[in-house]
Amino acid sequence: MIRSHVLICGGTGCTSSGSKTIQDTFARELESQGLSDEVKIVQTGCFGLCALGPVVIIYPEGTFYSRVTPDDVKEIVSEHLLKGRVVERLVHKDADAPVPADGAYSMNETAFYRKQHRVALRNCGLINPENIDEYIAMDGYAALGKVLTEMTPDDVIQTLLDAGLRGRGGAGFPTGLKWKFAKAYQNEQKYVCCNADEGDPGAFMDRSVLEGDPHAVLEAMAIAGYTIGANKGYIYVRAEYPIAVNRLRIAIDQAREYGLLGKDIFGTGFDFDIELRLGAGAFVCGEETALMTSIEGNRGEPRPRPPFPAEKGLYQKPSILNNVETYANVCQIILKGAEWFASMGTEKSKGTKVFALGGKINNTGLVEVPMGTTLREVIEDIGGGIPNGKKFKAAQTGGPSGGCIPASLIDTKIDYDSLIAIGSMMGSGGLIVMDEDNCMVDIAKFFLEFTVDESCGKCTPCRVGTKRLYEMLTKVTNGTATMEDLDKMEELCYYIKANSLCGLGQTAPNPVLSTLKYFRAEYEAHVRDKICPAGVCKALLQYVIDPDKCKGCTLCARNCPVGAISGELKAPHVIDPAKCIKCGVCAERCKFGAISKK
Amino acid sequence: MKSLAELAAIREQMKDKIVLREGSGDVRVVVGMATCGIAAGARPVLGAFVEGVAKAGLSGKVTVSQTGCIGVCRLEPIVEVFEAGKEKVTYVKMTAEKANRVIEEHLKGGKVVSEYTIGNAE
Repeated sequence: MIRSHVLICGGTGCTSSGSKTIQDTFARELESQGLSDEVKIVQTGCFGLCALGPVVIIYPEGTFYSRVTPDDVKEIVSEHLLKGRVVERLVHKDADAPVPADGAYSMNETAFYRKQHRVALRNCGLINPENIDEYIAMDGYAALGKVLTEMTPDDVIQTLLDAGLRGRGGAGFPTGLKWKFAKAYQNEQKYVCCNADEGDPGAFMDRSVLEGDPHAVLEAMAIAGYTIGANKGYIYVRAEYPIAVNRLRIAIDQAREYGLLGKDIFGTGFDFDIELRLGAGAFVCGEETALMTSIEGNRGEPRPRPPFPAEKGLYQKPSILNNVETYANVCQIILKGAEWFASMGTEKSKGTKVFALGGKINNTGLVEVPMGTTLREVIEDIGGGIPNGKKFKAAQTGGPSGGCIPASLIDTKIDYDSLIAIGSMMGSGGLIVMDEDNCMVDIAKFFLEFTVDESCGKCTPCRVGTKRLYEMLTKVTNGTATMEDLDKMEELCYYIKANSLCGLGQTAPNPVLSTLKYFRAEYEAHVRDKICPAGVCKALLQYVIDPDKCKGCTLCARNCPVGAISGELKAPHVIDPAKCIKCGVCAERCKFGAISKK
Repeated sequence: MKSLAELAAIREQMKDKIVLREGSGDVRVVVGMATCGIAAGARPVLGAFVEGVAKAGLSGKVTVSQTGCIGVCRLEPIVEVFEAGKEKVTYVKMTAEKANRVIEEHLKGGKVVSEYTIGNAE
């Protein structure tokens, strides 16, 4: 008799905050209190609120416990599971939430979840990703069954077109159209590929889908195979995602065992199988032609298009490549209909989008909202605003290919077209929030350093152009740039965009262009006034001691790692700027607030 | 997997096991499980409700959960039935047998078993 389920997050975030230990402790406690036969422990995928992990949810009450430590487990078992008393102090709730009469807080009522709408993530945090039966209980593989027995490939394509599903990898190409093109090319062998090479710094959407609901991706790939006439699929996933890789392997094995992958699926004569390919973590392999080259076993480099993969893709055969999140939407569209999907979102961007919220934000984590939700709702309502009462300065979407959205545009609706219009892009869904302490030049430099590293080197505009651009940015941050350099930088950006071979180079200057557009004054302050207004760029900083406040306690001098501070006991000290490495230790240690940076 | 029927069979069988997590039944049966309730025999009552509700095919509609001390310890095991728009019903001095009758007549049939209610015990 199982009367209660304890769901423990086994996503990467909670695993690193110790959820495995929590799970073991629960098992031990339940055993010792004689509840093992009544309470079932379920390891799930990501619940989304990674900042408050490890997260534990107890059903049927739906009580959401956050930041659970092994010491708390005994109390939860003896109070909640044995005696039915919710452990108030561990329940995640909004600060001003009233206590319900029966103590049954609902997680869906909290600000973090209230505005979310989960389609791609619907099973994440609800089912055990390592158990195909639980996926089937949530209508898993029913969409594949429906497609194989009731729909023609053209029906599937039409449904996706009517639904208005666009690629979630970032570019937003209509998925139905992509499948239609691949279907149109006649060939005995075609391929279905899945791009799980999520490489943007700060992005973990696809990772969480794979960790929380791997079967949804397998099922959609089989549907794609039926639609375009392919019997073979490849998932290209980063080797740095060990949990995702492991769960995909388990899922593929289970699906094969049930005959949901393999020969003659559902007795319809349709064959489909999937293989994994592990990527070594090159950002350029997220580009479709480079990814396919890498699957073939070659060095991951892009090639010019056309021919597009729909005509000549993997092994020169007609192929499609979709992103993990795109696939995660497909089965729901088949089951619930195009109209249902098209009822969410804006005119040209339908459905929902998953974002990985990171940076200077209270609720770091994974959220899924309908397209057209404003940036303000995501940051202030769902994300819980900026920590420490700081001011919101900008949000970065689209990773190294995207741009910065300034605070003045916080009411922008998030969809493909509005983000492009303001010089950023949807990207795969990384959303990094910045406050007044972030220097925008430094941010642009950070992303550019990433693209310089990740440029494959095949084409000159990207290989040399990004490197030169990075050098110019370095000049800005160390105060040696001139105003002409800013104009040259801008010109170089447009040149790289226009002439690079693939998406990596064509979008690499975006972080620079968008910060130049919205934060030009900050660039100019670096160049003209030789100051970094946010106090980040070390070369432009100076630590000084206010002689009126300094008591001559010598604490700073004793803690300075390079001996740059001198002075007599009980007399004001001074910092030698030539020796100072601007580590900031002195300012941290000073008890009188006498040291400031300028 | 050779047929859709096979898939449907697995789905039906699993649905009952996962329905707990939907946690949004229209009717909530809450069993008092504080020290007093457990001492008076609440555990078999809770067990009877969990199993009986599943057996009666009411899992999608009825959520069985537990709570702490309801306050009238001398009348434990106490079971309360909450239904949206209706006054809550409090059953006292429950046993597994009584639980089965409540499932049959109240949860399934919609008729309160008034002889077990707190009003009758007093």
